[in-house]
Order: sequence, then structure tokens, then C-alpha cells
Amino acid sequence: MALGGALSALARLFAPLSLLSFGGVSTVIPEIHRQTVELQRWITDRQFADFYAIAQAAPGPNFLLTTLIGFHAAGLAGALVATGAMCGPSSALVYLVARVWGRFRLSPWRAAVQAGLAPVTVGLAAASALVVIRAADHGVAALAVTGVTAVVAYATRLSPLWVFAAAAALGLTGVLSP
Amino acid sequence: MHVSRDVDGNPSPSPGLVDLFWAFLTVSCSAFGGALPWAQRMIVRNRGWMRPDEFTDVLALCQFLPGPNVVNVAVTVGERFRGLPGAVAALLGLLVLPVSVVSAFAALYGRFGHTEALRGIFAGVAAAAAGVAVAMMAELARPLVRRHPVTAAPVMLVAFIAVGLMRWPVLWVLLALSPISIALAWRSRA
Repeated sequence: MALGGALSALARLFAPLSLLSFGGVSTVIPEIHRQTVELQRWITDRQFADFYAIAQAAPGPNFLLTTLIGFHAAGLAGALVATGAMCGPSSALVYLVARVWGRFRLSPWRAAVQAGLAPVTVGLAAASALVVIRAADHGVAALAVTGVTAVVAYATRLSPLWVFAAAAALGLTGVLSP
Repeated sequence: MHVSRDVDGNPSPSPGLVDLFWAFLTVSCSAFGGALPWAQRMIVRNRGWMRPDEFTDVLALCQFLPGPNVVNVAVTVGERFRGLPGAVAALLGLLVLPVSVVSAFAALYGRFGHTEALRGIFAGVAAAAAGVAVAMMAELARPLVRRHPVTAAPVMLVAFIAVGLMRWPVLWVLLALSPISIALAWRSRA
């Protein structure tokens, strides 16, 4: 794929998803996986899982998954185009609405739209979790790491970085490799 | 940064472009696993640019509209104080470091990602990251199910099955399910 073609493909993929990402990027992660792994075959399931892990473990917002996919597809230019496409359309919308927000923030339909979208986006976040588990976990030992991390992250205030460090150390021993 | 006065004579902050850039740069460095609490701490407590209730209001807007929430916060706060240049400055501050760091990671991954040691490490971290995704989802689901057990839980389940199991496109599921869910929320509003 020529660079220009790759960049425009990245922009065409992520710019529409930007406007669908109600509640954040986890709403569209199943779609990112469907497009980049299943349909376009830019990356493998394993790379998707690895990129998701890097985005979670690195400082910064977790939509950086798109930056990593962009870098893989077209280098630094791809990283910038993917990031810009993921943030640009939604940011433009927020910029425009912020100026008139005071007018309709108290309207009852605004509250109903927000309350109605919430369970849809949480259901999609659950679908994201399943997509990531399927991509990441090969074998019972890896599934166990996922389960323990989920419980620790849900039930304690421990920084996820400690869990990531422990999981990395465990992985280094080779017991999680397929 | 000069301090002007609002209608009540209280000092009203007016951060400049450089202030906005640096504030969100700092937020991006500390934002492991969820940047919103850090943005709130920076804007409300450290810099005193907004009162807690003002920030809550910004958050309502940013969670209402699509887009990564913390990106939306940067745009809104930047716009509030400095218009379009402010929004751009805050956004660049938020993005420049994480995008650089992650691009460096991506380059290293491309070169060394296939080595046995890194394959092992990634097997662990990817499994743990999937666990964090489950925990985040559970944290979001708990208050919804508790408050609206009859309406929210079935909608969540349908969205999960349609996209997670059936692997239908997110666009169609959003278009089909959102109007129903919004109508349910409208009917049950207090």
C-alpha cells in the first residue's frame, strides 16, 4: 500500500468512528478490531492485543490504540493521521457545542438522550472487553491472569501498573506463551 | 497569567495559551488508567481555573458528546478561556507526549516484538490489560443496573450480544438501539 493510500485509508476508518465514540473509545473498539483485523487485515489478532496492552500501560488516554495502529500501517505520518482522525471530528463537534451548551444543558431531552445512551455504550464496552480477551488470551493461564486482574482492578485501588508489572514478570517465565 | 475579576468581584482566572498547554501536558503524563480524575485535579485544585460545580458541568458536556472524554475536556476548557487557539493549545498539550511515547514504543515493537522475551512479556501484559477492560466495564455497569434494573440491563445485554457475539457493525447497533434506549429513558424520567 502506497503511503498516501495508507494515510487516506486510516483517515477514512477513524474519522467516522470518532463521531460514534459515545462514552469514549471503548465503544468503537469492537469496530476497530472488525475493520483492522477481520476485514482489512492490517494487523493480526495478537498485534491488536499487544497494541491494546501498550495503550493501557503507557501514560495518556487509552485511545492511543489508534495511534499504534496508524504507526504500524504508515509510520509516524500514520500515527499522526490516525490520532488526528480519531480526535479531530469529535473535538470539532465539542468545540461547536461548548459555545451553546448553556442553552440546552438543563433541557429534559438532553438528560434523556444521555441516560439512554449510557447503557448502550456500557454494553459496547462489555463487547470491547470480550474482543480484547479473545485477542489476548491463548490458554487457561492467560485467562486466569485476566480474571485475577479484573478482580484486583475492580475491588482495590491498586494502580494497574503494579498488576501489569507482575503479569509481565509472569509472562517472562514463559508459562503464558502458547 | 493575569487575574481579572468576575461580576461578584472574585478573581476570575484567565490562563494563557502556554498555561493551557502545560496544564494538559502535565495531565497526560500522570494519566495512567483514566485521565479524567487527573484533569479534574489539575483544573479545579492545582490551578483553580474552575469551581468543582463548573467542572462537573464541563464533564456533563464531555460525556454527552462522542470522543475520548479527556480530549473533550481539553477542548472545552481551552475554548472557555481562549477560544479556538485555547482549544488547540490544550489539545496539543494533552497529545504531544503520549503520541511521541507510544510512537517510540511502536517502533521498538516493530523491531523487537517477535523476540521470545517480549512475546512472553506481552502475553502477560495483554492478558492483564484485558482484565482492566473487564473491570472498567463492571464499574460503569454497576450504577446503571442498580438505578434502572428493568431498562438498562436488557439494553446493555442486547448491545453486548449484537456487537460482542454476533460481531455486527457498531454503527448499525447504535442506530437501532439508541432510539429505543432513549425512549425508555424519556418515559422513566423523574
